[in-house]
Formats: sequence, C-alpha cells, structure tokens
Amino acid sequence: MALTNETIRQHLTEKFGEEIYDWEEPYGLLTFTSNKDLNLKILQFLFDDPTLQFRFLTDLCAVHYPEKKGKEIAVVYHLHNLVNNIRIRFKVFTDINQPDVFSAAALYASGNWMERETYDFYGINFIGHPNLVRILNADEMDYFPMRKEYPLEEQTRVDKDDEMFGRD
Amino acid sequence: MSDTKQHIKLPEHSLEKKTTTLNLGPTHPSTHGVFQNVVELDGERVVSAEQTVGYIHRAFEKIAEHRPLYQITPLTDRLNYCSSPINNMGWHICCERLLKVKTPKRVDYLRIIIMELARISDHLICNSIVGVDSGAYTGFLYVMQYRELIYEIYEEICGSRLTTNIGRIGGFERNFTNEAFAKLEKFIKEWPVVLEEFENLFNRNRIFMDRTIDVGPISAERALNYGFTGPNLRAAGVDYDVRIHNPYSSYEDFDFTVPVGTTGDCYDRFLVRNQEMWQSLKLIKDAYQKVQEFKGKDAEVFHADVPEYYLPDKKDVYTKMEALIYHFKIVMGEIEMPAGEIYSPVEGANGELGFYLISDGGRAPYRLHFRRPCFIYYQAYSELTKGGMLSDAIITMSSLNLIAGEMDA
Repeated sequence: MALTNETIRQHLTEKFGEEIYDWEEPYGLLTFTSNKDLNLKILQFLFDDPTLQFRFLTDLCAVHYPEKKGKEIAVVYHLHNLVNNIRIRFKVFTDINQPDVFSAAALYASGNWMERETYDFYGINFIGHPNLVRILNADEMDYFPMRKEYPLEEQTRVDKDDEMFGRD
Repeated sequence: MSDTKQHIKLPEHSLEKKTTTLNLGPTHPSTHGVFQNVVELDGERVVSAEQTVGYIHRAFEKIAEHRPLYQITPLTDRLNYCSSPINNMGWHICCERLLKVKTPKRVDYLRIIIMELARISDHLICNSIVGVDSGAYTGFLYVMQYRELIYEIYEEICGSRLTTNIGRIGGFERNFTNEAFAKLEKFIKEWPVVLEEFENLFNRNRIFMDRTIDVGPISAERALNYGFTGPNLRAAGVDYDVRIHNPYSSYEDFDFTVPVGTTGDCYDRFLVRNQEMWQSLKLIKDAYQKVQEFKGKDAEVFHADVPEYYLPDKKDVYTKMEALIYHFKIVMGEIEMPAGEIYSPVEGANGELGFYLISDGGRAPYRLHFRRPCFIYYQAYSELTKGGMLSDAIITMSSLNLIAGEMDA
C-alpha cells in the first residue's frame, strides 16, 4: 500500500491526537506542527513505526518570526521516507527567551552538525546535544546573526562615510 | 645538564601522552579546500579526527533575505563551485515551483545537457584528485582538457566559466549558439575515448586498488543515518537519486541507470562516480537528440513566458511600454513574489542539494535555507577514518568530494 499524506495524517492523529495541529500541504508537502516538548517523541515514532519509516533527516533549520509572541522561533525538520519516497515537514515553535528544544542528534547522526548550525545562527539550545558549540561563525561571537533583529545594511542609506571606503 | 631551561611551552600532559596531534589544514595542500582537521595519531594510525569548518562562511542565507530572486543565483554559484550550473538550475527550478511556472520541454532538455556536463566536470575533479592523492598525477592532468572543453561550452552559453550564473527563472538568457552545439558535439565524440583511458589507468590498477579498497568504508545504514546522499550514499548500496525519486526538469523522459556500490569505501565511490559519468554522457546524448528534434519555431524556444521574472528583450524595452515596465521592476527588485513555503531538491554532483524557501509575499525571501550535502556528510569523516592510516584519511577526504564553498555557505 502506498503511503499517502492522508495515511500519514491518520497514523499520527491516532497516536498523538490533538497534540499535532496546523496540518497543511503547501506544494503537496505534508506539514504539521506540535508542541516543542513532544518533538523527540514524534520523531522517534516517525522513525520506528513500521508503516511510516521516516528514517532520513533531510534537513533541519530554524526560522525567526519576531511578530509571533511566545513562539518566535520555529525549528523545521524535513524528513524523508526512502522506502515509499515521501517527504514531510515537521515544525516546533519555541519562545525566543527560552529557546530550549530537545536534540535529535542521538536519533540521526546527521542532526549533530545541523543542530550546531541552527544554534550558531538562531541560538536554539538543543538539550542533550553532545557538543553544542558554534560551527560556521567565530567562537567568540556573542549574538545570533540570522535573527531578524540584525538587518543587513540598507542599500539606499546615505549616512555612510565615504572616506572610509577610499572614496572622497 | 639539569639547568638547561626549556623555552618551548608545551600543552600540559603532552609529553606523557602516547599519541601525536597533527593539524591538517586549514590550508594544507592535501585538503583541497579550506578546512581543518585535528588528527590524533598513534604512529601512523588515526585515533580520532576532529573537523573544523566555517573558514569561508559568507552568510549567504542572510544576504539572500535581502535580495530579489534573480540576485540570489550568483550566491548559489559559490556553493559547490565545481558544478555551479547545477546549483543555478536548482535555484531556478525552486523559484519556478514557487511561482508555478511550467517550462517548455526544450528548456528542460537544454538544462539537462548543462546539468549533466556539470556533473561530469565535478566527478572528473573528484575522481582525478583521488588519483592524485594516491600518487597518480597523470589522470588529473590529462582529463583537465575536457573540463576545459566543458567550461568553453558554458562560456558559449552564458559568458562565464566557473561561477556561471547560467540561465534565468524560466529558461536561458539566450538560445544556444551553433558554436555551443558544435563544441557539445566535439565533447560527445571525444569524451568517451578519454573516459575509457581514464578508467584503464585506474580501475584495475593494482596500486590504486590497494590504496582505495576497504579505505574509509561505511555501511548503508550508517550512511543513511549520517545523511549521506548522492554518489557517496549510492556507493554504500542505496539507490537513492533525486533525478529518479523526485524528477525535475523532465528527467522522467529519459532512461538511465543509477549505479550502486556495496561497501561504500573509496574504491566504490570512485567506481560509482565513473559509472555516473557514463550515464551522464548517455543523458547528454539523448537530450541533445531530443533538442534536435525541435524544428522551426519550436527550435527557437529557450525560455518560458514569465514576463514578471524574465528580463525582456532589449529591443522590446526600447519600443514597448510593457517591456519597459517589467525591465525596470525586475532590475530594481520590485516584483512581489507569491507567499508560500517550498522545499525543492535537485541531485547535485555530491548529493541532494535542497532549497528551502519561505516567502511572505515580499520582494525577497523571508527565509532561504540551503541543504548543502557535503556539510551534512562531512560529519562522518571521523568515523570513516578511525583506525586507518593517515594517508588513507587523506584519500577518504578527497573521495568524499568535499567542497569548502558549499560546506560553509
């Protein structure tokens, strides 16, 4: 039996009921959200369940939504079932003041660096990660640059001191 | 002489410990890129290896949040710069999926030609570097001529060679010239002979086999857990290929095989890449044949009709109001894209290259994340090299096809 978005949804609702919400299918990719303290349970279930078999962590990253109070940062998992060739997207949201999310590095070896990268840019504290230190940025950096409060320089700004750039 | 003072400050316990710490990189000639490995050695055996990445991080994801779509293409060039056209096309395909643009078949086939050429040039570098690291320089020098020819084909199409910025959203910036097709024909004709010679040089070469068989092996299960994709995963025996599993650019119209290995060691990775070059050549031939079947007006098609994203002809800009408006809006980055969220993967030369794009309906992406295959599978390096010889660790590194530009984004 081919696995479809519908059967995945049924399976997950049977197990977790109302804990998983915000079901969507943007561009055909099944997307759902859950509370952040359930993330590891759901990932483990997706991994172990003989029907679902989502054993390949394609991608892990974060998104910052400053206007969503209390759930500013989303951690997004892209999972792939290679047997039935179907992908899903799973999100958990966390408060920016206490960005603690359970680490999936023990479940997926590939999650190790992806979580370090996510920590590096968004400051998410992955609980249980074996070595949560910066990976791409310099170690002594004291902020998380991908958060929206750090804008790139405005292209049209006029207050620049041209002398500093070799132009008079 | 007990009063001799020791002026060199050694780290604590460094004299008592039985192992040697060796710093490979960040600019070691054998790392082929800017990454560092701190290797702990017992004699010549690797006890552990700790990788450091990030020396050339350029904040592409942050920059992309401030740029209109077409200005992000040059950023993708600089990910895996050995096969930039695949990154460019992958990005365009991602945008087209977001915009729900359907590209004409001819564009798809032309793209396949370019992408497969890029795959060949990437595999060529990787495999010949594996040769260099095992002491065989000839292959590397000899096959470079054909990478040069591939670069000349790019040059005919887009004007540049390494960081190509090739194509546009919807297709190509111009139709392929006859010169480009002539060079392609030359490539199709001469390349098989050279590839065969390259294979003769290595495949059953006793020295090469001794240096690569059982070096840096990985099981299919571990490879999947480590997020391996592309030739490295296929060498471990998993036939996962984005071109088959999530076809894009009309790959479903073509018949090709996905070569797989069994042990996932350096030798299997080498053979898988070689076989993939043959498959790529077949794809190029088939795609070229299909391109030639377009006659008359159909043979002039080289882009889809997406006026909001595809720069109009210069002569139209000067004579037509609509074209002028679109030209201005595109160049100034004033096109609002539809809101949406999309993950679009393509089969890059070293694995699944994914673009995760979130748009909130603005002029630049709200968030763009690149799934860079070699960033993910480089984590396994420590496990792959443990217990092996130092020289094996070097070969393993080059056979993984690690590209610093892609890793650090």
